[in-house]
Amino acid sequence: MQALTNRAKEVSREPMTFMERLYLPNIVKGMAITFSHIFKKQPTIQYPEQKREFSPVFRGLHVLNRDAEGRENCTACGLCAVACPAEAITMEAAERMPGEEHLYREEKYAAKYEINMLRCIFCGLCEEACPKDAIYLSETFAPANFTRKGFIYGKDDLLIPDKNKAPEEYAAARGAARG
Amino acid sequence: MTLLALDWILMLEKLILIAIIVFASLGIALYTTFSERKVAAVLQDRPGPNRAGPMGLLQPLADGLKLIMKEEIIPNSASKGLFILGPAMAMTAALMTCAVIPWSSSVELFGRKIDLQIADINIGILYVFGVVSMGVYGIMIGGWASNNKFSLMAALRGASQAISYELAMGLALIAVLMISGSLSLKTIVDQQMAPGAWWNIVYQPLGFILFFICAMAECNRTPFDLPEAENELNMGYHQEYSSMKLGFYLFAEYVNMIMSSAVMASLYFGGYDVPFLDESTLAPNIAAIIGVLSLLTKIVIFLFLFMWIRWTIPRFRYDQLMNLGWKSLIPLALVNMLATGAVILWQQG
Repeated sequence: MQALTNRAKEVSREPMTFMERLYLPNIVKGMAITFSHIFKKQPTIQYPEQKREFSPVFRGLHVLNRDAEGRENCTACGLCAVACPAEAITMEAAERMPGEEHLYREEKYAAKYEINMLRCIFCGLCEEACPKDAIYLSETFAPANFTRKGFIYGKDDLLIPDKNKAPEEYAAARGAARG
Repeated sequence: MTLLALDWILMLEKLILIAIIVFASLGIALYTTFSERKVAAVLQDRPGPNRAGPMGLLQPLADGLKLIMKEEIIPNSASKGLFILGPAMAMTAALMTCAVIPWSSSVELFGRKIDLQIADINIGILYVFGVVSMGVYGIMIGGWASNNKFSLMAALRGASQAISYELAMGLALIAVLMISGSLSLKTIVDQQMAPGAWWNIVYQPLGFILFFICAMAECNRTPFDLPEAENELNMGYHQEYSSMKLGFYLFAEYVNMIMSSAVMASLYFGGYDVPFLDESTLAPNIAAIIGVLSLLTKIVIFLFLFMWIRWTIPRFRYDQLMNLGWKSLIPLALVNMLATGAVILWQQG
């Protein structure tokens, strides 16, 4: 028969030799292999105490960014919601009132901003679509929850803490590796 | 103090000994389940159970508690009496073996010489075989009473496997008995302990390998765990069992392992003998303690060997199992027996 590729290997149908039929030498060989594993390093990470570091390109839970003065970047333009293939993002826009300049960077802001983490596929397209550098995927992930409702993250969950006021919470929300 | 022509203190002494040995066996079996998981984990580059207590040492207690708290289910279609009798029988048979194993030489306490053996009967090893065969009834009855086709298949497998391998086991044993000339385990151990005498493994290497393989089959350990084959029989003969009845079955397996390790150590590895040490020069109590530790060490080594094999090689197919038993082990055991007999005759001149 003509082989389609040259990679096919003929299976050996030869009868077993006497040594092979004894079984025991090969069993001893196998036991030597398993015994050598006693001395191998265990790759286990003791999860709640230790955590595996994510790579810098990890796409995890979203954060809504602030600028250097701690004002929200998001202008509720809706481009992220349009870009989202899973239709996980909903938002409502509102106008910035006089006196709120220290809270929102531009005249329009998101009064409501929700991401359904059960719908989200963590593709990162919202991050790419955003013209204002407002949404980023961090290096953390959504913890388990008892209800479906608990997975709809609102603005209070997503908005990153102010770097100047709460640097520790800020770092935790971003995830460790990028610093 | 003799009443009814009975030595009551001897009775008391034996009762205490029985209690100690039974509870020690159960305790060791408890921790064997733990070490089984630990050994499996270490051989597979995992840490194993390590959450309950320091290094996971309380894990067996947690496992036991879990089993006790589970709902006790007896299926409607099961025959109730037999369903309960099955695990009870498996456990009883497993524990009964410890009666004839010489755990050490005698200790002297309160001016009495106490043998660390429950009963030194002159047919000790035959008794072991008889009781081990009873263990098969535990599997058979459990599998039959469950009224479940998978359990029944598993019970059938277990019974046929045990019967096939007991034959080779007995034949391998006969060679040892020909050397020792006694069926009493105590005598067999004493002969190996005598100064200048070698352990029986030196005279019977092939016999030991045969006996070991058969012991593994008797204990339903992996290469021979067909009665518990998860992927073909769901779970095996204890499929319908829950709660502590299941626990008894699982436990009986470990007790069986310990007892067969003890029997193998006594038959082939000098029992409570410490190599290159003349125990008769020591004080009897110290010698007895060293003896117990020595036997326990040998048992632990055997248990590790059992586990090591379990986590190395896969299960036999049913026809392979029968081929190995009837076409390889039994002829080999016969040859071994004949060779031993020939050498003994030649030595007697």
